[in-house]
Amino acid sequence: MSLQFVVDGLLAGSMIGLGAIGVTLTYSILRFSNFAHGDFMAWGAYATLAVVGAIGAMFGKIAPIAPLSFGWPLIVAVVVGMTITGLLALSLDMVLFARLRAKGQAIIVVMASFGASMALRSLLEFIFGSRPTYFSRAIQIAMPVGFGIRITPDQIALLLVTAVLVLGVHLLITRTQTGRSMQALSQNAALARIVGIDVAKVVRVTWIVGGALACVAGVMIGILIQIRPFMGFDMLLPMFAAAILGGIGSVPGAVLGGLIIGMAEAGAVQLIGAEWRAAVSFIILMTVLFVRPIGLFGVRER
Amino acid sequence: MMDLLGYGAFFLTTALIFSLVTLGLNLQWGLTGLFNVGLAGFIAIGAYTSALLTTPDDAARLGGFDLPILAGWLGAMLAGGIAAAITGIATLRLRSDYLAITTFGVAVVVQLVALNAQKLTGGPFGIGFIPRPFGGLAETPLLFNLSNLAVVSVVTLIVYLALEHLSRSPWGRVLKALREDERAAISLGKSARFYRVQAFAVGGGIMALAGALQAHFTGFIAPDNYLPILTFQVWVMLIVGGSGSNKGAVVGSILVWAIWAGSGSLTSVLFSPEQQARAASLQIVAIGVMLCVILLVRPNGLFGDRPRRPRFGKRAKVATGESGTAS
Repeated sequence: MSLQFVVDGLLAGSMIGLGAIGVTLTYSILRFSNFAHGDFMAWGAYATLAVVGAIGAMFGKIAPIAPLSFGWPLIVAVVVGMTITGLLALSLDMVLFARLRAKGQAIIVVMASFGASMALRSLLEFIFGSRPTYFSRAIQIAMPVGFGIRITPDQIALLLVTAVLVLGVHLLITRTQTGRSMQALSQNAALARIVGIDVAKVVRVTWIVGGALACVAGVMIGILIQIRPFMGFDMLLPMFAAAILGGIGSVPGAVLGGLIIGMAEAGAVQLIGAEWRAAVSFIILMTVLFVRPIGLFGVRER
Repeated sequence: MMDLLGYGAFFLTTALIFSLVTLGLNLQWGLTGLFNVGLAGFIAIGAYTSALLTTPDDAARLGGFDLPILAGWLGAMLAGGIAAAITGIATLRLRSDYLAITTFGVAVVVQLVALNAQKLTGGPFGIGFIPRPFGGLAETPLLFNLSNLAVVSVVTLIVYLALEHLSRSPWGRVLKALREDERAAISLGKSARFYRVQAFAVGGGIMALAGALQAHFTGFIAPDNYLPILTFQVWVMLIVGGSGSNKGAVVGSILVWAIWAGSGSLTSVLFSPEQQARAASLQIVAIGVMLCVILLVRPNGLFGDRPRRPRFGKRAKVATGESGTAS
């Protein structure tokens, strides 16, 4: 077995982990599993693609930055895409989830997210068609880095971006006042309200952070694989499995869970074939539920 | 005229098979409050199990046991029930979202097995030559459709009456008690998890039976029949009909299937062939928005009379819940 699966696993794990952060935050702070989270990824990727297209139309063809397959238009577009996806999550909450949450039945909100997921995905299919698209069709040469492992410049850049983002979210949650409010709300909502935490603000930050990270994950999938309306929906099971494996509510847990699942998937591709990839996260999920349902870093529900 | 009658019979047969799934879902969600988003998986388990048991021997794949159709249906119910029981045992002591995530996973994995385990399921080519009840009548479509309708109606009626009886039986009352006030029910000595697993397994068995009926009705199954959209359709049917009511489940299924089939044929008339894929996705958007709007405006659907109370008693704002703030 070649060690190439380490790189593949790290990359898959980054995408899953970035998505799982959003899942775990919504679950612990808003108290529901958001089935539309995967579709935020797809929306982020398509929004970024549209902005790249718009920049291309305005400034003509722009050469990519030296070894990478993309140039500054993509970097600008990701920032715009993150904003759009964050706003999309925020407005979906305003028109749908917040109203249903006010009625007090958690599972109805999950059901609505399921409906919203279907609608969001099909809307993408309606606007952009179901055929896969790409940010760039250029083929990158993978450099050997020893131990039989090869890696492309794009992949290195994306791993760095992931590391920076994860560190940023971790600092946001542990070092800022908003982050502490988020933790308080997830641990004891009633008490958090009594001590005067601005719940509406925390909810807004949760959606924006979750949406923005989902967008980055979607763009990563777009750069490394392809963009299609179902891309996020297919990530849903790995993301949930990662969030549960890491322990619901824990951001480092979600990232670590994502990396473990990414590694396991990449390993399984080598051992039993790519067609069974999606089963890996299910098997891990079932094992965690039977053996340690609070996950690696979870705290028991109160 | 005869064509119309034949189509009517065909339409009703499909709608009633859907209503069978919806009845199973109503037992799980409406009566017991268990959230299952892997319906397509359980339907597929039933369809494939029954197909394997009843098709003639096939050298290309495992099985083809050539058993009678009835044996296939029983096997399907058993397989669906067991799959649901395992899912339930893993998740039902945890928060209810875990069940949603796990059932979603079940559907993904079943789809994967259907697509890739060629030796068992025929892979992407599916399984053909599934024996059809009254297959001898296939020469005269009208008679064939009507006899199929009769079979499906009888099965649906039996399941309907059984469920009506169950929901009024002591067993059903325990389920409702668990749904409404878990702590009170447990303090009366009822094991919440045990009863929930039972309800989930019976519901899963009914869904699998519906899958088997469908498979024998069309004579051919393939992985594409069991995409997530199927789960979604059935959910809309239950919510429109009103969860908690078996009557609502049946009426909702027929109504939503009529809307779905009607809008489907409308788009095929209005749009050119190359635009039909896009029109179809718009159709799904419309149904998705419809589900969300019903949940917002009329969560009890047409017939649902289930008292809406939060299951997680932490924020017990009954009756005045409307004024609650976002949390």
